[in-house]
Amino acid sequence: MDLSSIDPVVLMASVIVASTPILLAALGELVVERAGVLNLGVEGMMITGAICGFAIAVNTGSPLLGFAAAAAGGAALSLLFALLTQFALANQVASGLALTLFGLGLSALLGQGYVGVKPPPTAALDFGPLTDLPVLGRVLFSHDLMVYVALGLVAAVWGFLRFSRAGLILRAVGESHDAAHALGYKVVRVRVLAIVFGGACAGLGGAYISLARVPQWTEGMTAGAGWIALALVVFASWKAGRVLLGAWLFGGVSVLQLNLQAAGAQFPVASLGWITLAACAAYLGYVLWQRQEISGRTRVILGVTAFAGAAFSYWRQGVYVPFQVEYLSMSPYLITIVVLVIMSFDKSRAPGSLGRIFHASQ
Amino acid sequence: MPKYAARAAVMRAGPHVRHCRSPNACDRTGARQGPGGAEERVSTTLLSIRGLTKAYPGVTANDDVSFDVAKGEVHALLGENGAGKSTLVKMIYGLVKPDSGAMTLDGAPFVPTEPRAARASGAAMVFQHFSLFDAMTVAENIALGMEDPPRLRDLATRIREVSDQYGLPLDPARRVGDLSAGERQRVEIVRCLLQDPRLLIMDEPTSVLTPQEVRILFATLSKLAADGVSILYISHKLEEIRALCNRATILRQGRKVASCLPADTTAREMAEMMVGGSFKTPARARRATGEIALEISDLSLPPASAFGTALKHVALTVRQGEILGIGGVAGNGQDELLAALSGEMRSRADAIRLFGQPIGRLGPEARRRRRLLSAPEQRLGHAAAPDMSLTENAFLTAKDREGLARRGFIGWRAARGFAEKIISTFDVRTPGPDTAARALSGGNLQKFVIGREMLQRPEVLVVNQPTWGVDAAAAASIRQALLDLTASGAAVVCISQDLDELMEISDRFAVLNEGRLSKARTTGDLSVEDIGLMMGGAHGMEVAHAPA
Repeated sequence: MDLSSIDPVVLMASVIVASTPILLAALGELVVERAGVLNLGVEGMMITGAICGFAIAVNTGSPLLGFAAAAAGGAALSLLFALLTQFALANQVASGLALTLFGLGLSALLGQGYVGVKPPPTAALDFGPLTDLPVLGRVLFSHDLMVYVALGLVAAVWGFLRFSRAGLILRAVGESHDAAHALGYKVVRVRVLAIVFGGACAGLGGAYISLARVPQWTEGMTAGAGWIALALVVFASWKAGRVLLGAWLFGGVSVLQLNLQAAGAQFPVASLGWITLAACAAYLGYVLWQRQEISGRTRVILGVTAFAGAAFSYWRQGVYVPFQVEYLSMSPYLITIVVLVIMSFDKSRAPGSLGRIFHASQ
Repeated sequence: MPKYAARAAVMRAGPHVRHCRSPNACDRTGARQGPGGAEERVSTTLLSIRGLTKAYPGVTANDDVSFDVAKGEVHALLGENGAGKSTLVKMIYGLVKPDSGAMTLDGAPFVPTEPRAARASGAAMVFQHFSLFDAMTVAENIALGMEDPPRLRDLATRIREVSDQYGLPLDPARRVGDLSAGERQRVEIVRCLLQDPRLLIMDEPTSVLTPQEVRILFATLSKLAADGVSILYISHKLEEIRALCNRATILRQGRKVASCLPADTTAREMAEMMVGGSFKTPARARRATGEIALEISDLSLPPASAFGTALKHVALTVRQGEILGIGGVAGNGQDELLAALSGEMRSRADAIRLFGQPIGRLGPEARRRRRLLSAPEQRLGHAAAPDMSLTENAFLTAKDREGLARRGFIGWRAARGFAEKIISTFDVRTPGPDTAARALSGGNLQKFVIGREMLQRPEVLVVNQPTWGVDAAAAASIRQALLDLTASGAAVVCISQDLDELMEISDRFAVLNEGRLSKARTTGDLSVEDIGLMMGGAHGMEVAHAPA
């Protein structure tokens, strides 16, 4: 096995690129859910944005116009969702699922003439001498505009929700639409705006895949990124900063597993034992930190498990098996979910009105 | 010290029965003397309402309502549930647009198209079901109710100032979800006060408060009225209105039927004006109590929901032929106690005993078969399935006790017959047993779900808020039915937040406070003060403010 072909600096730079699409989509969905709307159509809006952006960029030769068109496309599709759920009062889960199916079909139709076409390249921003800095230059200052837009959006969404009056109203609408209505806030208007913002963000995320990350058009190319973005919002407890962490984690593991596959990496079997031991230690640490009491039975189970882990590691020291490609491919999804589930063990909870239909008469 | 029972018996003879002896006489007096008579005494009118009418499909919520509120006056708006009080104040607050009629505020035409406009003109409202956001802080909640809020830090300072001035201690940084009902109401009041209102509308403000908290609220309101703020006070608690309000306007079925001076009118007279006739007070027969029917010992349970309360070492006994009343402000473990008794939450087998048999591990079905029945507080969604018909809802809890199912098949005829029996026995107003539960008004559905359990001849019946949202006459009949049930030897546990109700029907009384149940005491010996102390006094009022 040869891991020396993996350059950590290149790896980190590509993590940032790989995480941008789901980061954009998840930020949009975060705002939508904070307004109390559950839009499961992220995948559909992403792929629609991907093809809209791709087509306009190819036809105009300008990736920037492409991204603008992607945002417009995603937003237009989300307006359909807004119409269904906010005015026709349709069920949000069903409407969102339908939106995904519709977006996948629509994008396949629109994209028929674009298979195999090369889009205009999305150029990296010019940071002058900053790009030549060792490590940092490659990791931070070698990317295209959308990477910085996405990072800026994290800060903007965080600040908007935390400090601005409009953000406070948006959270209020999501927390209790009846109370917000009683205070005279326009629940439907706030929600429609949030949905459109979410659609535009998802569209941008999709276009980043088709214009910058891959870059080409194939049918269904978002490959579940929209679903990951949805899961990310929940497990990030509806907090912008945690969405960024989760996106990096997902991007990181995706890139790492590709590198591992390329390097023909092998799996040290003993690490299973170490992971078990570490999990026991982490649990014990958590319990002690929380000053909870542990029952005798739990203590025995914990001790036996930790010992078994250590013994297993010792027994299997130096034994390697080749990675199954399938396991490597599923690892980003698995690890992101595990880590975020652990992170979501705090007191924060979903917005109070999430997914509930609002009608002013009640 | 006045005995609580004396207050609860609303039917005290008034000192000066001046206006009228019959409700009809009162109508006439009210119409003649109404606003005109009052205006002469009060020189300046703040809010004047003329001919407000609002109709919804099938029902006229307000029909040609006119009255005046003077500056610095506490004006009561009285009426049964569904009399149109809420619609009326929603029109004043700009939430509902009147079909016809006009309002003036301080002489100027007042046509609020939305709550912001009403707030800008100086009208503020404290809602019946609090319009607060649980996951946000006190300061954020207050900022949301203001037109042009200062920055959060300055706002926190102003919140402290106002709450000191009016004796309403509040910590701006606390999360509203963690506050008691009394503290939440303080948040709403402070939110209104920060906008220097001229008119403060209060929609049933005391229904969730302990007696001590009510006293603090009244002190604040009196102080506000003295400062020149007019208060429109909605309630159906007549003794409160007599203690606090200068004038009262009485609504019935959307119309103004009378106005009176509460200080000179007895509670009985006001009650009869509200109802439009006299009604019977439940009669309690003295009865001997039998053997212990239900016994809970050292029951501790985790909370049922994120904002729920854990039960801590609850112990109680109920004998046959007895009603045990359990009071306390909502959210102190009532839902958990009901769930523990109904079998929705299991406990140690011997924590709950029914006639000596341990039943703690049994589920709801098994308990029903042993004649322990229950009716939870929430009518739609807990006691009844909203979109199912009354027949189906009757079947759901009565299938074993009434034999409505045969070998796994539904006996539709029998189920329908049982539903019809409930409807006729408990005077449920509905087109028929095929109506969906959702289509019934709250009070009618309440009669249905209580009746459904009572007709199954329980040995022990557990009810939570049996008369919540039910009009006075129907509430009286439900209470009478509970009393009749005990007369036939059943034991009843009645969890309620209506102290008057508990004083009226229960033999012994205990209070749930933060998941702990106080020792049960005989009802007749209790004073208001005792009950308040049992309920934990005024929540978060360590720096208490001298009582009025």
